Amino acid sequence: MSESEQEYLTFMLNGEEYGVDILCVQEIRVWSSVTELPNKPTYIKGVINLRGVIIPIIDLRQRFGQEALEYNEQTVTIILKTQNKNNPMVVGIVVDGVSEVYKLSKSDIRKAPSFGNNIDSCFLKGLASIDNKLIILLDSNTLLNQDDLYSIESSEVEQKLAPVDETVN
Amino acid sequence: MSIDLSQFIPSFLEESFEGLELMESSLLNLEAGDNETIHSIFRAAHSIKGGAGTFGFNKVTEFTHLVETLLDEMRDGRRDIVQSDVEILLDSVDCMRLLIESARDEEDCQDEKITQTSALLAKTLGNDSQSDKSIVDNEATDADIAENGQDKKHWQIQFIPEHQLVQTGNDPLLLFNALADFGQVEVQANIDNLPPLTDMNAEELYLHWQLSLISDCSEDEIKEIFEWVEDECELIISLKTNENTQTNNTPKNQRSSAENLADDNLNSSVGSAPENNQNNDLTENKKAVQSSALDKKVISTEKSPAKKSEVGSIRVGVDKVDSLINLVGELVITQSMLSELGNDFDLTKVERLTAGLEQLLQNTKELQESVMRIRMLPISFAFNRFPRLIHDLSKKTGKSIELIIKGEQTELDKTVMEQIGDPLVHLVRNAADHGIETADVRLKNGKPETGTITLDAYHQGGNIVIEINDDGGGINRQAVLEKAIEKGIVEPNATLTDSQVFDLLFEPGFSTAKEVSDISGRGVGMDVVKRNIQSLGGRIQVESEQGKGSTFRVHLPLTLAILDGQLVRVGSEVYIIPLIAIVESLQIQSKFINRVSGDLVLYRLREDNVPVLPIYQLFNLPADNKEVNNALLVVVEADGQKVGLMVDDLLAQQQVVIKSLKDNYQQVDGISGATILGDGSVSMILDIPGMINIALEMAQKNQKMLEQETV
Repeated sequence: MSESEQEYLTFMLNGEEYGVDILCVQEIRVWSSVTELPNKPTYIKGVINLRGVIIPIIDLRQRFGQEALEYNEQTVTIILKTQNKNNPMVVGIVVDGVSEVYKLSKSDIRKAPSFGNNIDSCFLKGLASIDNKLIILLDSNTLLNQDDLYSIESSEVEQKLAPVDETVN
Repeated sequence: MSIDLSQFIPSFLEESFEGLELMESSLLNLEAGDNETIHSIFRAAHSIKGGAGTFGFNKVTEFTHLVETLLDEMRDGRRDIVQSDVEILLDSVDCMRLLIESARDEEDCQDEKITQTSALLAKTLGNDSQSDKSIVDNEATDADIAENGQDKKHWQIQFIPEHQLVQTGNDPLLLFNALADFGQVEVQANIDNLPPLTDMNAEELYLHWQLSLISDCSEDEIKEIFEWVEDECELIISLKTNENTQTNNTPKNQRSSAENLADDNLNSSVGSAPENNQNNDLTENKKAVQSSALDKKVISTEKSPAKKSEVGSIRVGVDKVDSLINLVGELVITQSMLSELGNDFDLTKVERLTAGLEQLLQNTKELQESVMRIRMLPISFAFNRFPRLIHDLSKKTGKSIELIIKGEQTELDKTVMEQIGDPLVHLVRNAADHGIETADVRLKNGKPETGTITLDAYHQGGNIVIEINDDGGGINRQAVLEKAIEKGIVEPNATLTDSQVFDLLFEPGFSTAKEVSDISGRGVGMDVVKRNIQSLGGRIQVESEQGKGSTFRVHLPLTLAILDGQLVRVGSEVYIIPLIAIVESLQIQSKFINRVSGDLVLYRLREDNVPVLPIYQLFNLPADNKEVNNALLVVVEADGQKVGLMVDDLLAQQQVVIKSLKDNYQQVDGISGATILGDGSVSMILDIPGMINIALEMAQKNQKMLEQETV
């Protein structure tokens, strides 16, 4: 494998195929029940215990502003881990399904257009087309950055308060 | 032979810092005529010098060498132990610490304190050599030798090894052979001390030797040969000149001071100009340098803790390790018993199975306790620095202060210990600076002239309590209150209890000291102290009586890794409430419920009105029971405030291992951490102060919404 080539694990999300750097993938698990975190945005499903390590699980559909699917035995969680040893961060993302592993060289990746996307453009690394399919490559640096990944909170505050008022009144 | 010495550097550093601590504490307790203490200080300095030499930390070696020389003179009784020398030595300990730290960080230490102190040491040694004729003589001889350096010298070496020399793997024969390389050697064995054959231990050495060496080598070169055995023998090296024999007597074979001075060329001018005038000048100089060195002391003591970032190691007593090994052995036995039982299991063996499982439970529990005990260190590690601190402070403030330390053997988790050090220093400084009054004020108030600060540590119900008590003037309640009103923290006509008033001291930017001294009243404030303690899961209490003194009481959890928790259920989630926070659990009775404006429910618990916080509401969860009547209420206390947490069910009490949420996620409001329950699921540990904050925020928001609606 030449230096400029990287392998990507792709997964399906609402009909689109997304790819992440395979070196960031720690493992792929089926959905297991989570412990909820109080007062957190809905895309943060909660935390799980993975062999003694507590890992937050986020729903990538919801994080990217799409409707969530009902979870079942087929629901897949990809556990991602930073390669940076000094600042380790592990997160699980819930996706519709795991697809393929592709080997892509840098020249295969085109810059993503910076408009009209439902997903935050900071997570976008680029686009690659393989066999007439377009694959959206996600940037593992921003995806595994706490500040970027958990940036959306404000929209949640309104939802949080509404049911509280009901119960109070 | 190529051994990577750098792998030993960490242990050298660790030992050196221990050695420095020992030197410091021994120096503080040093009294004239106390040979044992002097010896132990000397040994510590000597091993630091030796180690530093091995690793090529030349600056450390050079400096320590001077210190060692001074100590050597004290040890031999050539110098009286006077307070001024002890002060210099204390400064030297600081310098050695700085030097070793800079050697560790591979920096070049440019602190002028080191230059000052080493000059001071040299001067002290120089003064001494003027008064001590024999050394001056010696020096002169050395100088003579240096002039006639080309000639062959006739060295007389008396080598009196200790009995156990050969047991440490040293062979006198090898030493003599090495000497023979320098020139012509004659060896004469002395058998005076040889015991009768029946009493003789074949592994001990009873002989001593008289050697004569004709060579052009220097005394240093001879000493180098004996370097490895120098602690285990008495070595007397003398030079036989044509006229007379100068004996340079150094028991235990330490370099004589005279020689050191010659080596280092530090006091050649002093040594050769024995004028009284100069002597006086020197004393004055010394004082000046000393005082400026003292000024630096506070700075240097503050610098050192900031650098503690590397991964530390821990020294564990052998007994603790042994008990661990025992327990592991038992665990293995239980395991083999259980697996044997499982091989052909039938129902008749159920009883043995339960017994085995019981044993396994016991083993695991004991193992857990022992492993936790490894992290526990006696609190004396944190208390050690205070005698020096008080010594310096009392010097600086001119107050006479006595420090009493109690409960040094109380054990505390290492992490807690490391983080509690700085807040404690702050509290002790405060006690010395603001607490203890000056001597004349004390005498006027009918108190003994010497102020007393007491440090005490003890266990109390799963917590450790550290008390800092002073018998000073106490906290001026009125002054605190006035200041608080001036700062707008308190309403002018509010009535506050004593403890509420004293808690104001921990507000940011609050200092009642009239003037900021360089000991306290600046830099980190009491608010930082409180925050540090809270971040360790502890709390701080103040008690004070005007004119009698104050007591600061720090409550800390024994360990940060494990927590006794009460499991509670809210809806489908299980939460853990730290057991220390719980006051009591009860079922709500409707007659004690008070509803006040803003939808707040108060529950009357004896003489208190406790606000009821339904967890489902704070955390926005579906709950089984939303009705306050007959609900279960867990009354908890945080920051002196009691609140009732409404839960659906009380489950078991158990010890839980705390896992951080911050590792992979971020801090969650109202949650201090998470843990993994027996079934593998994750459960959140509630952060009581955080939950109170959430409740307050919610109440404020609701209030605003209501106001908007009414408008």
